[in-house]
Order: sequence, then C-alpha cells, then structure tokens
Amino acid sequence: MTEFFQQVINGIALGSVYALIALGYTMVYGIARLINFAHGDIYMIGAFLGYFATRVLGFTFLPALLLAMFGCALLGVLVENCAYKPLRRAPRITLLITAIGVSFLLENSMIWAFSPQPRTLPELLTSYQLEVGGLIITAQQFFLLGVSVILMVLLQVLVQRTRAGKAMRAVSMDENAAALMGINVNHIISLTFAIGSALAGAAGLLVGIYYNRIDPLMGIMPGLKAFVAAVLGGIGIIPGAVLGGLIMGVAESLVAGYLSSMYRDAVAFTILVIILLVKPTGILGKKAQEKV
Amino acid sequence: MRSLFQQFRTQLQWAALIALIYLFIIGMRAAHIIGSYEMGSIVMAGILIILAVSLNLVNGFTGQFSIGHAGFMGVGAYLGAICTTKLGLPFVVALLLGATMAGLVGLIIGLPSLRLRGDYLAIVTLGFGEILRVIFLNWDYVGGPRGLMGIPQYTNFTWVYVLAVLTIIIIRNWVNSAHGRACIAIREDETAASAMGVNTTLYKVAAFSIGAFFAGLAGVLFAHYYTVIIPNKFGFLFSVEILIIVVLGGLGSISGSVLATLLLTGLNAFLADWPYPRMIIYSLALIGIMIYRPSGLMGTRELTLPTLQQKRSISEGGQQGGAA
Repeated sequence: MTEFFQQVINGIALGSVYALIALGYTMVYGIARLINFAHGDIYMIGAFLGYFATRVLGFTFLPALLLAMFGCALLGVLVENCAYKPLRRAPRITLLITAIGVSFLLENSMIWAFSPQPRTLPELLTSYQLEVGGLIITAQQFFLLGVSVILMVLLQVLVQRTRAGKAMRAVSMDENAAALMGINVNHIISLTFAIGSALAGAAGLLVGIYYNRIDPLMGIMPGLKAFVAAVLGGIGIIPGAVLGGLIMGVAESLVAGYLSSMYRDAVAFTILVIILLVKPTGILGKKAQEKV
Repeated sequence: MRSLFQQFRTQLQWAALIALIYLFIIGMRAAHIIGSYEMGSIVMAGILIILAVSLNLVNGFTGQFSIGHAGFMGVGAYLGAICTTKLGLPFVVALLLGATMAGLVGLIIGLPSLRLRGDYLAIVTLGFGEILRVIFLNWDYVGGPRGLMGIPQYTNFTWVYVLAVLTIIIIRNWVNSAHGRACIAIREDETAASAMGVNTTLYKVAAFSIGAFFAGLAGVLFAHYYTVIIPNKFGFLFSVEILIIVVLGGLGSISGSVLATLLLTGLNAFLADWPYPRMIIYSLALIGIMIYRPSGLMGTRELTLPTLQQKRSISEGGQQGGAA
C-alpha cells in the first residue's frame, strides 16, 4: 500500500507539470481552435533558457524561472505572429501542418545549435527529503507542485477577474462578436500565446531540474501527453487541463511502477484513444452540436 | 468520342515510359554511373513513393487526416521480417502477409477512429501509431528496443520499382473509379456526400485500410532492404516525413506525391552531410508551403503525358484522359 501511495505522490508531481503544459494547449485551442504542436518545443526552449540562466549567467532558481517564462512568452508571440497569424482564416488542417512544421523547426534548430547531447542543470533546489509514514516526498517534488499550483491560481485570477481575461473568454466564445464589442482579437490571441508559452517555459525549467536532464527533443513526448491531458479534461476548459494533467501523471506513474516503464508512453495514447471514442468532449466538456 | 485505339495508345505510351525509366536506371547501374550509395537512395525513394501515394489516398483524396502512417509500415515490416527470418517463408508470401496484416490493423483502427473528424482524427491516428511503436518496443520475440536483425536482403531495385508502379496504378484506378468519386465527395463535404447516398463510413474505412495495406507493403520492402529494423524508425517523426511529401506534392495528386518524393530525395542526397540544416530547410519549407501555397506543387492536378496528344484530342472534340 505504501508503494501505491508513493506512486500516486510521484504521479501528482509529474501530473502538475503535464497540467502546466496542458493549460497552454487548452487556452490556445479555446481561442484559436489550433492544436499548437510546437507547444512541447516551447517547453523545451524553457528548459534551455533555464540552463542558460543558471549555467552562464549564474542565476538562482527564481530569476531563472522568470527568465524562462519571459523568453518563452516572447517566443510564443513570435511563432504566433509569423506562422499562425497569416493562416487565421485557413482550414484547420493547414494550421495543424504548420504547427508540426514549427515544432520541427524549433527541435532541429536547437539540435543544430546545441547538439543532441543531453545536458544537466546545476543543483538549484535543496535535495532535502521529507518522510511521512514511509512515504518519501522530495523537495523538488514539493517545488514542482508548489510552483505549478501558484501559477495555476494566478492564471485562474487572470482569466476570471481581469479585463484581459474577460476579453479572452469572449474571444473563445465568439471571435466575431468579441471583435464587434471592441476587443482587439489579434492582441488577445497574442496574449493567450504569451501566457500559455510562459507556463510551458516554467514547466520546462521545473522538469529540467526534476530529471536533471535536458535535450532538444525532450519536448515531444511531454507535449503530446499534455495534449492528451487537455483532451482528457475537455479541451478549451482550464480546470479540465489541470484535472487531465493530474490523472495522466498518476496513471503513468502507476503503470511505470507496477507494469514496466516501457509501457508508460503507451498509457497516454491508450487514454487518448479511449476518451476520444467514448467522450470526445472530455471529462468536463459539454456536448457541442456540429453545425452543418 | 475517343477511339479505343487512342485509349490504348495513351496507356502504351505510359508503359513504354515506365519500362524506359527502368531500363535507364538498370543500365546506369550496370555502367557504374550510379553507385551503390545512389542506388540505395533510389530504392528508398521507391519505398517512399509507395508510402506517400498510399497516404495521399487517405489524406488527399478522402480528406481524412492521418498522421500514423509509419505505424502501419512498421506492422508490415515486422510481420514480413518474421515471415522470412523466423518462419523461413518466401519473400512473396512475406510481402502479401505483411501488407494484408497492415491492412487489417488499418481496418481495426479505422473503424472506431474514423468517426472522428479533422484534428481529433489526426491525433488519434498519431496515438495509434505511437501505440504500435510501443508494442514493437516491448515485444521480445522481435528484439524489443534493439530491433530485429539478420533479415535477408530480398528487396532490390526491381521489386521496389515494380511494386511502386503497381501501387500507383491501383490507387489511380481506385481514385478514378466510382469508389474514388465517393471518397472525393467525402473530402469535399461529408454531410453532403452522406445525403447523396454515399456510405461515408464504408469508404472512409476502405480508403484507410487500402492506405495501410500499401504502407505495410512498403514496410516489408524496407525491412528486406536494410536487413535491420528498430521500433523507433516507425514513430511520429517518420510519419511526419511522409506527410511532408504528400503536402508538398499536393493533397490529392498522385503524380505530385511522386514528384515531391523525387525532389526531396534529391535534396536529401545533396544535403546528406548536413542532416540538421536539412531538417531546418524541411520545416521552413513546410511552413512556407502552408502559408503561401497550401495546395502544394501540383494541387489536385495530375501530370499528364503527352501535351501534344492532349491538343490533338481537344481539336478532335474528344475528351483528354487515359493514364494520367
């Protein structure tokens, strides 16, 4: 039983990261109806920015986190403006292919610039371990969860309590109506990309510290899994992304712990296939009628 | 009305051209103008043509966006390799079994997934492709992550050439048949097609399994050319490479897929020493095509052989057609 709870704790820590990435997916999908395939790679860039900040500039954890978030926000807006904005009215498949292109571009540019070899971050957080009734919680897991929760609360406040958040919700409901109400839709979409990418950047740095290993292709799998988490919770729904991320994290930890870590990648996609076939709108999603 | 003779002539011309290209390449190889390295590129191009044309049937003609094609290729590659390496069956049997198995897996996956549309379908096919890869990865009988080694090298240029031509002919005929019209109708507007009495599920699943069948065929050829297969070859990245070819050539153009394969193979050979800039160019090209020319090189048009004959048949008041 102790092992089970230990796996659940590991899963929640991992799941909070999936949730952070999934938030970006879900926000962008909610507003631009785009599966931003490059999102996982922005997470990777976040990890590399953290590496740069700590190894080269000698920053401590918090400034490194802020730099990673800020850099990723800029990158997110840049990608949106260069690649997605010209395709605002294009078919969704065109957008999807473009997103795959951006993803490849980021990965291969980073491989070219920094070689595919994995790198390690310096030890930024204490390696203290807390033992409660036989369960081990590391300080890193605590930070992972803590930072994720703080960012999620900030996001919730931003979306629900500010004017910009209200505008974002309006655009996601009806872009044209929002534009008629005087909302600058382009700015709101850019803002959404900035926020989502900043969250991914934070997740990248946190995971880089947690696993102490970063490489240019590290974003592919977490990106896909976070997308699954977003779909699982109901894409476009912010609490759904958090719920989906946590479920995914726990499921993966349990499978890795009890079956084999080789199957962990299959878990995500099995969940995805099942959820899309049974309830494509996700756990918290409402049924939408398709217009002809 | 086009005479029977003229219809024959167009096809004979194509047959002659196909035979000429074959003899030309064989001759160049015999004269050592094409080295074994270049021959490898040509064989790979042939395999890619089979993959691209079959993916085009699903993505381009039927409009069902699949990005798990490499998974089906993997099914064919593994089953074919098991047939020859472990069971000692002849290559032809391996080709047939591998392709049929991939087609069956396509049927099983297609039936539930094709109820989804657009980007959801894309993600589910991606998911299934990855699940297939993880299965190979965990299957000790075929070597797990180390891959399957010691596969006999049965594939040669002739096999690949003949099967690529066969794939093109079969898919072209399918597309130009009543079935193909039904598929194109689904691409243009699924609801309207359904209202006109097209059995949309049947045709979507049929196109999907035919595509998977040929992907499996390509997989068997691939396994028996390189003699080693590893699970990670059949992942998301390779699926995207096939997708890039189809998109570059034009969704809905068979000759576009062939041209794009040849173009990219040439580019690959040219940039072989710089693998990462090559991928950067690939991805920039993909983004650029989507923004400036989303229809690709050929759009939905096909390359037709004789422009001369086309003019003549128009002046005769006939309809140009035949083997396009």
